[in-house]
Amino acid sequence: MTGYPLLSLLVWLPIAGGVALLAMDALGNRGCRRTALLVSVVTFLLSLTLYTHFDVSTAAMQFQENVPWIRAFDANYHLGVDGISMPLILLTTFTTVLVVLAGWQVIQERTAQYMAAFLVMEGLMIGVFSALDAVLFYVFWEAMLIPMFLIIGVWGGPRRVYATIKFFLYTFFGSVFMLVALIYMYLKSGSFSILDFQVLPLTMTEQILIFLAFLVAFAVKVPMWPVHTWLPDAHVEAPTGGSVILAAIMLKIGGYGFLRFSLPITPDASHQLDWLIILMSLVAVVYIGFVALVQQDMKKLIAYSSIAHMGFVTLGIFLVFSLLDQHASGGSAAMGMQGGMVQMISHGFISGALFLCVGVLYDRVHSREISAYGGVVNTMPVFATFMVFFALANSGLPGTSGFVGEFMVILASFKANLWFSVLAATTLILGAAYTLWMVKRVIFGAVANDNVAALQDVNGREFVILASLALVVLAFGLWPAPLVEVMQASVNNLLAHVAISKLPPPETGIALLNTLQP
Amino acid sequence: MTIPPADFLLLSPELFLLVMACLVLVVEAFAGNALPRISYTLSQLTLLVAALFSSRLIGHPPAVLLGGTFVLDPMAALLKTCIFLVTAGAFAYARSYLTAQGPLRGEFYVLGLFGVLGMLVMVSAHSLLTVYLGLELLSLSLYAMVSFERDSAAASEAAMKYFVLGALASGMLLYGMSMIYGATGSLDLAVIADTVTAPGSENLILVFGLCFIVVGLAFKFGAVPFHMWIPDVYHGAPTAATLFIGSAPKIAAFAMAMRLLAEALGGLVTDWQGMLSILAVLSLAIGNVIAIAQTNLKRMLAYSTISHVGFLLLGILSGTTAGYSAAMFYAITYALTAIGGFGLIILLSRAGYEADRLDDFRGLNQRSPWFALVMLVLMFSLAGVPPTVGFYAKLSVLQAVIDVNMVWLALVAVFFSIIGAFYYIRIIKLMYFDAPESAEPLSVNADLRVVLSLNGILVLALGIFPGGLLGLCSRVLG
Repeated sequence: MTGYPLLSLLVWLPIAGGVALLAMDALGNRGCRRTALLVSVVTFLLSLTLYTHFDVSTAAMQFQENVPWIRAFDANYHLGVDGISMPLILLTTFTTVLVVLAGWQVIQERTAQYMAAFLVMEGLMIGVFSALDAVLFYVFWEAMLIPMFLIIGVWGGPRRVYATIKFFLYTFFGSVFMLVALIYMYLKSGSFSILDFQVLPLTMTEQILIFLAFLVAFAVKVPMWPVHTWLPDAHVEAPTGGSVILAAIMLKIGGYGFLRFSLPITPDASHQLDWLIILMSLVAVVYIGFVALVQQDMKKLIAYSSIAHMGFVTLGIFLVFSLLDQHASGGSAAMGMQGGMVQMISHGFISGALFLCVGVLYDRVHSREISAYGGVVNTMPVFATFMVFFALANSGLPGTSGFVGEFMVILASFKANLWFSVLAATTLILGAAYTLWMVKRVIFGAVANDNVAALQDVNGREFVILASLALVVLAFGLWPAPLVEVMQASVNNLLAHVAISKLPPPETGIALLNTLQP
Repeated sequence: MTIPPADFLLLSPELFLLVMACLVLVVEAFAGNALPRISYTLSQLTLLVAALFSSRLIGHPPAVLLGGTFVLDPMAALLKTCIFLVTAGAFAYARSYLTAQGPLRGEFYVLGLFGVLGMLVMVSAHSLLTVYLGLELLSLSLYAMVSFERDSAAASEAAMKYFVLGALASGMLLYGMSMIYGATGSLDLAVIADTVTAPGSENLILVFGLCFIVVGLAFKFGAVPFHMWIPDVYHGAPTAATLFIGSAPKIAAFAMAMRLLAEALGGLVTDWQGMLSILAVLSLAIGNVIAIAQTNLKRMLAYSTISHVGFLLLGILSGTTAGYSAAMFYAITYALTAIGGFGLIILLSRAGYEADRLDDFRGLNQRSPWFALVMLVLMFSLAGVPPTVGFYAKLSVLQAVIDVNMVWLALVAVFFSIIGAFYYIRIIKLMYFDAPESAEPLSVNADLRVVLSLNGILVLALGIFPGGLLGLCSRVLG
């Protein structure tokens, strides 16, 4: 524990930095970039103390801050993290540094606004992961849309307006129903605290309706089939930095929502409807895998690959009920859930890295079409090494972080149902197929055209970005223990929580008599 | 009838305003040409001093004065304070507009002040007659303000429509009031309330009268299907007048609904709940859907007003104190946001040119990043996206509605607010994603700059710390 409000600092430092950048337009592009980098690096370093001071032995919320905020709603400014949210915060701060670096040369127009948007978004995303009050959570959750909306719309590709409005309306659509559910629970429990919601007894009908409201919100965010269609559009049109943040962090917010809201608040409905999520996840894994195979556009391909990989996350999370039913010990259930969470973090690194790789190519050739490339390895050997490495990680090569999560989920699904695992395992084939085929067409072969022949290999800045990501991917692949360790206590706690029904106990004869008394 | 001296203190905002409005009228007539800013300065001073007076009355226990026709309770004091402040903001915007559009016309402020007096009377009405008196005083001032540009055909047409339909609505309201009077034998709202709740009261005539009262109210609010005048009036009126009509009178309309429905006819809550639900759902649907098709910002904001009225009615129809205070918060914050939206139109307008087309907002971010940001905050507030104040207004209304087990209404409301979000973010799209039609930087005079900035900051600050105003709204009703 630390003596100062660490989480508040992590939330507000980037936001303040972003606002300051807007005001300091006069600094010029250089000044703005440097300020943004400074702010993001300081935030990242601060967030590391979150890890070093984290107590892995408890599932309780840590680094808590709780002050009254809106008395009329009994809403508090309540922040705190546990093993589920802490890694995601680190992922956020780490990725933001890379994103600021990635926009260093490309963004020449309105640089201050660009950097400010990313910094503000960083603060808001950390807010989402650390809010323990439903109103606060919702405020961060919705506010996050605003900078992303602008990033895609202002700095995006040719169809950016369509893509960004679709993105905004899809996510807004999802979240308003969650708001109704949150208000309903507030009126039932008399508090907006998420921790109170988690212990609030709810009848089956209530749970199912609340579960569905959450499902709309989180499924759009993840995104799950069939509400995934905004993602390829948004990814393709977003600037590289926007794609990276979308893939690496924003999608994780959906998965986080399932873990923080759906499972603990509506365990019985989750149990009842887990087939639905598993079905949607498997469709994502198999069908979207095939869709990815036929893409002509690199960013679109990675976007579809993200959907398929996020299908793994939701699959791992919602396997717990069938595993708990079959194996009372809960060990394999924990594995599925942890697999899903590891997959989230790992996918954050890998998909971010792949988008950065595409960004490197795009900055030079200004095309995302696979057919515009070929033989890049001849002119950019260092870059090709990185790209191949990340592609292999994306297809789940053992020794990379991509393998760990997928393996855990497949193992858990094998214990739940043979067919689940058969379908889930197709991702190993499909993932390898679409990723490596893309790599083959882009990287290998003879030099395809003059553009490729003129390519310059990565510069120092790009090298640092890609190398740091490669190191992380490799490190978690070889030694995932630190990541699994911080999650352990929270996952076990969550499993114990969801195993207990929240339904009111059936009315006994005496209770029934009591209700009849005047 | 003698008035006890102590009562003058409670009447101080109204009396002060009345005296000052007459004074401004005289000063304008005699010194208007020599001192072009005098009317404006005096009016602003009046509003601010009156706001100070009424804000000191917020803690005063409820008191009925003037032979039972006038009530001063905390709700009235708070609403009056807000009306003064919002009007002061509206005047500040209007001044830039009026200065740019031609010779200074101080009568605008005089009419505005009389309109404010009408609103005050509505807010403090404790008798059907006082309600009507206030309403007419307000309406007549507004008719004149709409037709202020007497050479403009659009403005004259708008004023004509407003007047004819407004007169019709006043007639409906009066007819309803006469029914209520016939059924209860009194004009005093408290007596009516007692008679209505007394067992064995004749229900049919009361409900019949209630229908007409709701119609009259719906017209003044601009709720569907009594909304026809809103787009034309908003569009045709000079922007300075639109700005005024679209802001403070909504607060007064809320007060009128409170006095008539919640206080006088609270016993018929089940009856008017149903009527208001229909009005609210229709307003949400039609307002939000038709706003999408608009190419003129004033018309778009007009339809947006209609949809916001739907939300406001949701709060009232819940029939609980929480609902009333939510609706009150909604009305106040809406007025605050709306004047900013119209203020931006004034900002972009030049002499002889109204920048009220959506296309005028193209590329605003490149011409003035700061005001584009202000507009962004205002639009997100109207759309109800946190961290702006519009979100808490919607949140508290939804909460009140869900609390009385009308979850379906809440779902309808959020569904249409998704549709609504589209046309608000379209403005943002124009400002941020499109290239400007003319690259010339904005020429803005200093006080407009200050007022607009303050307005935007206030909408955001109330969005981050909404507790104070929310608490105040629930306290004055509690």
